[in-house]
Amino acid sequence: MKFINYLESITGIGMYPLVSLIIFVAFFALVTLYVINGNKEHFEKLRNLPINENK
Amino acid sequence: MELQKFQYDNKTVKMFAYATILWGLVGMLVGLIVAIQLYLPAANLSLPYTTFGRLRPLHTNAVIFAFVGNGIFMGVYYSLQRLLKARMFSDLLSKIHFWGWQLIIVLAAATLIMGKTTGKEYAELEWPIDILITLVWVVFGWNMFGTIIRRRERHLYVAIWFYIATFVTVAMLHIVNSIEIPVSFWKSYSVYAGVQDALVQWWYGHNAVAFFLTTPYLGLMYYFLPKIAQRPVYSYRLSIVHFWALIFLYIWAGPHHLLYTAVPDWAQSLGVVFSVMLIAPSWGGMINGLLTLRGAWDRVRDDVGLKFLVVAVTAYGMATFEGPMLSLKSVSAIAHYTDWIVAHVHVGALGWNGFMTFGILYWLIPRLFQTKLYSQKLANMHFWIGTLGIVLYAVPMYWAGFMQSSMWKDFTPEGQLKWQFLDTVTKMIPFYIARSIGGALFLTGAILMTYNLIKTIKVGTFLEIEEDEAPALTSNYQSHSKEHWHRWIERKPIQLMIVSLVVVAIGGLIEFLPVFLIKSNIPTISSVKPYTPLELQGRDIYIREGCYTCHSQMIRPFRSETARYGEYSKAGEFVYDHPFQWGSKRTGPDLARIGGKYPDSWHYNHMIEPSSMAPGSIMPSYPWLLEDQLDANSTMSKIKAMIRLGVPYPAGYENIAIQDMEKQAKQITANLKKDGIETLPDREIVALIGYLQRMGTDIKVKASK
Repeated sequence: MKFINYLESITGIGMYPLVSLIIFVAFFALVTLYVINGNKEHFEKLRNLPINENK
Repeated sequence: MELQKFQYDNKTVKMFAYATILWGLVGMLVGLIVAIQLYLPAANLSLPYTTFGRLRPLHTNAVIFAFVGNGIFMGVYYSLQRLLKARMFSDLLSKIHFWGWQLIIVLAAATLIMGKTTGKEYAELEWPIDILITLVWVVFGWNMFGTIIRRRERHLYVAIWFYIATFVTVAMLHIVNSIEIPVSFWKSYSVYAGVQDALVQWWYGHNAVAFFLTTPYLGLMYYFLPKIAQRPVYSYRLSIVHFWALIFLYIWAGPHHLLYTAVPDWAQSLGVVFSVMLIAPSWGGMINGLLTLRGAWDRVRDDVGLKFLVVAVTAYGMATFEGPMLSLKSVSAIAHYTDWIVAHVHVGALGWNGFMTFGILYWLIPRLFQTKLYSQKLANMHFWIGTLGIVLYAVPMYWAGFMQSSMWKDFTPEGQLKWQFLDTVTKMIPFYIARSIGGALFLTGAILMTYNLIKTIKVGTFLEIEEDEAPALTSNYQSHSKEHWHRWIERKPIQLMIVSLVVVAIGGLIEFLPVFLIKSNIPTISSVKPYTPLELQGRDIYIREGCYTCHSQMIRPFRSETARYGEYSKAGEFVYDHPFQWGSKRTGPDLARIGGKYPDSWHYNHMIEPSSMAPGSIMPSYPWLLEDQLDANSTMSKIKAMIRLGVPYPAGYENIAIQDMEKQAKQITANLKKDGIETLPDREIVALIGYLQRMGTDIKVKASK
């Protein structure tokens, strides 16, 4: 079990945080859009799942 | 539609509840003992088994994996069945899960006090237990997914998403961080070294907080808070956004434990950015919890369980505000290595996890035993004693941390360090005493609860058979013609698990791959050489005794640190450190450049009685190191394992390592003799001195050339 350094160096390592930020913002935007446009009755039903047990 | 009858499994829930209470008391008691040892070092009884370095990992492991772990399973087994309208998938799996987890806890306790440890914080357990944990975790997942598949409620409530994300992420963290090469049955070396090991370890450590102490408890909050308050959660929409944002962001935040260390700068920045963003989803969860109670605050007055939950959610809010603040480099520069961090984690542990567990127990036990709580008055007393305990614990620790850090950084007008390290330690003692009083109060509260619940259980009859009925799910479910992609995920547990895994894996990959694959991230230093066999053995004693629980090996590039300890630490110095031992707390001074600072005899006498060399020291004495014989036979397999890990010993070195070891030991014994100390060269102390005298000297060699 050895870890070998395959590359001497990498150019533009600063892109890594940027790329991850873009992935996150895109995902976040999609979920937010869904939540805003989603069916209200559906959320209402889900919301009441723990309460609407028999007891 | 035909209704199907089924029975809930309350027995497993009950057993997990009992285990939660028992291990909670044990974990807190051990915590109190180590807190007292910090001002009464003699309380280690001069025994290896009861010394701080071994008991502290026992405390953290017991509280996290035994107390909170059983608490998670108690809550999951109760809520999952009811949310899905189904009995747990398999009684046998439930049994294996319960007893398997308890076996792990007992093995963990026994091995930790025996000094069998990997030396990686919160992952100290050795490889056979790691494998057992993996197996039992798979049983838990199997049982959970089996139940989900046999459910009678199509939609998965948000609590279950949190359970699924917990399952899959903990599995990933545990496996990646525990990859190690066994040397013997109870000894292994981490395959990662130095900076890489640190990065993997804190990716794990931070996300153990996230996915063991936070996400499952958020799931419990989303079920039990509405349940106890009898009101639906404030915003289901918020809970969806909160869930995805939280699991996405958390995974990146690990490097904030390594600010100003030898970890590459870009990785540190990445950790900071995501940690700061993390405040949004964390507070989303807190706000959702607290607003659930809007218009129902009168119930909080009457229901003691709700009182605990409100304080728990508030403590969560405080700790998750503080977390991002501590991740800012300038704040970390002050707080890291001090008791401030201890205060921070205990607001989370005592407030969020502790109080949430207590609140659920006060609600659950009377329900399982079909009776009322034995004494509301006692429970209220517990609430106030516990709250006071948290305040008395946290305030002195914040104060102590801030004070010690300022003392470390104090310079005289002449430019000299104003305080000896020891001065900054003795100043802490009143705060340590106050903290132990806070901890004792918290424990007293838990004992009151135990008494109250035992009395409740005695009066009631256990609800062994709890029946319910629900229609079966039809297989020909017609989804809405234009079904939203997210609704598709919501209905499918496996898809939800896979998407969660992808979301958490992105962070890990982008963080790790550059550090593992690209040479420029870990610049090598040609004068840094592998440890000699004696030093390697000494290092293993250092790990065994848990020295890292009080001593760091990482000098940050600050004037106050280089003036006190010497040249700041470089990434290339740690390339042969399997595992890394940077530590996270400086109860004692940093040891990264201790080598050559004192004569061998100083270390010898210091181990017999630390206060003889450093008056007022709170380090315990280690008399057994002087008497115990070093296990020389393990040398060959240790060197062999190191060679397999890529440490460049010459070919066949394992066969002659023992000779080299004896030679170096004789030299140290001769040095000791010059100072009038007679010892045999095969004692453990000799190996430990060998390691201590080596530490941080490789760079000095280079400078003198």
